[in-house]
Amino acid sequence: MKFSLSWLKTHLDTNASLDEICERLTALGLEVEGVEDHGKKLAPFIIAEITEAIQHPNADRLRVCKVNTGTETLQVVCGAPNARAGIKVVLARPGDTMPDSGEVLKKGKIRDVESQGMLCAADELCIGSDHEGIIEIASDAPLGGSFAAFAGHNDAVIEINLTPNRPDCAGILGIARDLAASGMGTLKLPNTTPVTGVENSPIKIALDFPAGDKSCPLFVGRLIRNIKNQPSPEWLQRRLLSIGQKPISALVDITNFLTIDCNRPLHVFDAKKIKGNLRVRPAKGGETLAALNDKTYTLEQGMTVISDDTGVLSLGGIMGGTSSACGENTTDVFIEAAFFDPVRTALTGRALQINSDARYRFERGIDPAFTAPGIELATKMIWEICGGKDSIVGKIETAGTIPAPAAPITLNIKKCLKHTGINVSVAEQEKILTTLGFSVQKSGDALQVTQPTWRPDIAGAEDLVEEIVRVKGYDHLPVTSLNRPSAITQSAITLADLRISNARRALASAGLMEAVTWSFMPSTIADQFGGVSADMRLLNPISSDLDVMRPTILGNLIQAAKRNADRGFADASLFEIGPIFKNQTPQGQSIIATALRTGHTPRHWNTSTRAVDAYDAKADAITALAAAGAPTASLQITTDAPAHYHPGRSGVLRLGAAILAVFGEIHPSALNACDIAGPVVACEIYFDAIPAPRASSTAKTLLKLETLQPVSRDFAFVVDRGVTAAKLVQAIKAADKNFIRDINLFDVYEGDKIAADKKSLAVSVTLQPSDKSLTDADIEAIATKITASVTKATGAVLRG
Amino acid sequence: MRDAANPVENNDELSALKSELGTAVASAATIAALDDIRVSALGKKGRITDMMKTLGTLSPDERKARGAALNILKDDIASVIDARQKILSTAALSEKLARENIDITLSPRPQAEGRIHPISQTIDEIITIFASMGFVTAKGPDIENEYYNFEALNLPSSHPARDMQATFFLPEEAGTKYKTVLRTQTSPVQIRTMMEQKPPIRIIAPGRTYRCDYDQTHTPMFHQVEGLVIDEHSHMGHLKGCLLDFLREFFGIDDLPIRFRPSYFPFTEPSAEIDIGCKRSGGELKLGNYGDWLEIGGSGMVHPNVLRNCGIDPDKYQGFAFGMGIERIAMLKYGIPDLRTFFDADLRWLKHYGFMPLDIPNPAMKE
Repeated sequence: MKFSLSWLKTHLDTNASLDEICERLTALGLEVEGVEDHGKKLAPFIIAEITEAIQHPNADRLRVCKVNTGTETLQVVCGAPNARAGIKVVLARPGDTMPDSGEVLKKGKIRDVESQGMLCAADELCIGSDHEGIIEIASDAPLGGSFAAFAGHNDAVIEINLTPNRPDCAGILGIARDLAASGMGTLKLPNTTPVTGVENSPIKIALDFPAGDKSCPLFVGRLIRNIKNQPSPEWLQRRLLSIGQKPISALVDITNFLTIDCNRPLHVFDAKKIKGNLRVRPAKGGETLAALNDKTYTLEQGMTVISDDTGVLSLGGIMGGTSSACGENTTDVFIEAAFFDPVRTALTGRALQINSDARYRFERGIDPAFTAPGIELATKMIWEICGGKDSIVGKIETAGTIPAPAAPITLNIKKCLKHTGINVSVAEQEKILTTLGFSVQKSGDALQVTQPTWRPDIAGAEDLVEEIVRVKGYDHLPVTSLNRPSAITQSAITLADLRISNARRALASAGLMEAVTWSFMPSTIADQFGGVSADMRLLNPISSDLDVMRPTILGNLIQAAKRNADRGFADASLFEIGPIFKNQTPQGQSIIATALRTGHTPRHWNTSTRAVDAYDAKADAITALAAAGAPTASLQITTDAPAHYHPGRSGVLRLGAAILAVFGEIHPSALNACDIAGPVVACEIYFDAIPAPRASSTAKTLLKLETLQPVSRDFAFVVDRGVTAAKLVQAIKAADKNFIRDINLFDVYEGDKIAADKKSLAVSVTLQPSDKSLTDADIEAIATKITASVTKATGAVLRG
Repeated sequence: MRDAANPVENNDELSALKSELGTAVASAATIAALDDIRVSALGKKGRITDMMKTLGTLSPDERKARGAALNILKDDIASVIDARQKILSTAALSEKLARENIDITLSPRPQAEGRIHPISQTIDEIITIFASMGFVTAKGPDIENEYYNFEALNLPSSHPARDMQATFFLPEEAGTKYKTVLRTQTSPVQIRTMMEQKPPIRIIAPGRTYRCDYDQTHTPMFHQVEGLVIDEHSHMGHLKGCLLDFLREFFGIDDLPIRFRPSYFPFTEPSAEIDIGCKRSGGELKLGNYGDWLEIGGSGMVHPNVLRNCGIDPDKYQGFAFGMGIERIAMLKYGIPDLRTFFDADLRWLKHYGFMPLDIPNPAMKE
């Protein structure tokens, strides 16, 4: 909402400065978003006269002017075609800041001729778009005087960010009222004394709604004949121009003026284009309207329309139609002021996607009691601006009534203190509410408060509390620290949160960078990772490549790795902990971790580089699971990873049926679809599947430190390539329950020293005696059991 | 001059031998040479050993005297050799160590450095501070429906403010009363919390939020933190105190001023926007007590309609709510210039703006 200071002062008698007014507006909740102080910006520029203008010696288009400021004569080089001796102009001098560029003017030479200033065009001062020539000022302008003051460009324009609850301040009158209530001056109300109509209206109005439909409870109209539509007078044009509105014609400008001035949207029909009477009614489905914005709309059933015998003329509260629009030849007008229901207006506006000044105001709620006064104001302006000796003002036509006012609100006099901590005396509470237009009656411990008709936002006592404290000033709010709880009754985070947080820190400690990527994903990528169901497709995605809710984090991290590779960083280690989405229920949204590594380990003088592989991903999975409290020693491993992993280089870490993590190399087809070069390995960790810790004692099991030394024996088994390490280790474990304490598989060999379909697995087995040392015979016996067990389970033979 | 009490010194032969061996030991340049001397003097066939062997041919008295003298000589020589050995082995070790030097400027075996994203770090910081004020974290789903995201928050479908929040929609099942949306704010967590538990309530809810908007200063996904306090007495002064305490601690500025401005949110009444002190000069923004103001969030007393919607009696209970953008406060605290870069996963950005893995906010440390 924009308005100029001088316009505000037509409704507010005040001596306050611009700064004081702006500060108070913000303090009242009418947040000032910007101030354009033309007077201040234009202050340096003075009126001067060109006394001589001769051709520049080195440039055809330039003239060298002598410019008299009244106190001195300066030489200015000017390129404007209208620069000539005898005219008064606007002079900028070195040191002045130009409003258009923000640059400070400097003394300089133009084509070797010194120039001590600049003669200004309208666009350079931001007061118009003209750049054809320099501004010429009336010859009676005072030499050396302020151009802004002389030309009336010393107004300031204030823009406020209007919250949706304050429709009354969509009119300058309402803003003035708030300022007056806070002691910033005296409110000046417009003169709405009725103009006496002299003839009965030939156009009648009917409200034609089903019983109970409150879409348009009140409609007021008036015919004015024999007027002349013409350009508005300068004062009106300047008012509209000051807030960026383009003057069109007097009739249009008057309605625009009253909309801004006192939040009273009006419509003016060309009365000669109305056939028969006006009927306000719900639209039948399928009717059309050619609207004033040059678009044609097909109306849905129930939208409020104003129609005549020929059909729909206008969309109530939103926009008029071209068929009954006023033009330059309009002589008879029918002015409409109505009260259109906010909800109905909002629904219609939203359905048709029309944003108009009228819709903005009606859907927030205008003052229903200001309907007839609005017509009177419009009548007077049309009479004054467009009227003549033959003009005839008709009698007011009214259909419907002002909606019943809301019931008074009971405000306990202590509520303000209880809810805000500000102690406002009862007298002051009454005074604030009264100056805002509320009527207040004190009864016992309460005030009975009736809201003014222009404040539809006030519905309860808490709204009144806000009125009182915002006028009193939020700077009166006390600063009261919250009492600290006397004992900790509940953790600030849950155990699940802590586990996730620990996994995050552990993954970062393992060298991975934490990323945060969109919860969205391109459906083409999602399809590579199992796809999404129809209910995960956004109806209004921000772009076609963010069109579904992600079923996986992996696709986003692969895309991120690709972006980094494209920047020259092919070796990426990234992880993200965030939501994935299976369905729309809260249970269908879970937090998982995904870690991804691409490319190679770093080159180093002492350690050889290698491509990342599935074991890196496995390590990341186990790191995260361990940090998140999973019993990693008890995990089982299976080969049934999802299809987006390499079928032979991937695995699942599980506890029985529960899948805690999957890991492996990403399937080459998925990499292909993501247009990224491999190798890419990843793991996905499902925190929800990690079992909760058993509620038990905090004490750990008792540690028994053996006094006897452990002994180790190495074995090398030759097995079929298909035999897994886990199977071998399991067989060793099964061989003896008493002495085997640790099994370390330390070498895997495949190559020409053994058969092609075989591999050699070397294992170190640690035996721990407890009561007495193991003799060679004891150890030999255990070794024999181990070999037998492994051979039985895997068909292994000891490598010779 | 002879030491009359020393049988070796009293004996010309033995003292000459001692002197000879002493000279040889002193001039031995290597451990090997020293070992040769040891063998030649004290070995099985060494000279002193040989002399010991002849003791049996002597009379008891002579044997006693010479035996004592020889033992003294033997110990003397052994100790001289040991002393020389220590000197030689120390020198040998020094020489060996001198040869064993490495280029200690070479890099150690690589240990990759990971980082924590500034959003995670900021959320941890927020939780740590509010935990000390007795707040508990609460959560809600990202995919919400219009009831929790709007209706229950006193934002009926016709409300003009609905248009202010560009909402993402998902298809809902036919016949569902409320549309499925991505939550536009963390405020639905207020509703879910109040429906599940009774006052006193003191929660914060950090999380992802979504609006259909993408430009220099908006991303379609961003993070907010919501706060909610419901009890029988907390008022706007407590709200102001709570936020002042938080903001000063979070930004580590003890005199950071805070300003409340009247505003409008459908779910609070009275409502306030929260500004913190700053100064702007030369395109730079600095927080502190400088006279200018910067908006940082919204807040207010929970609207009685919202309490009623959650089955809480507004005549008995009251309280406040607030919300802030997590990226915004992270950008301000850590000097991160561009919102959009948060979600790009650029390794250079993550390394530069990210946090060390063990840089965990600790309530025992003041910011």
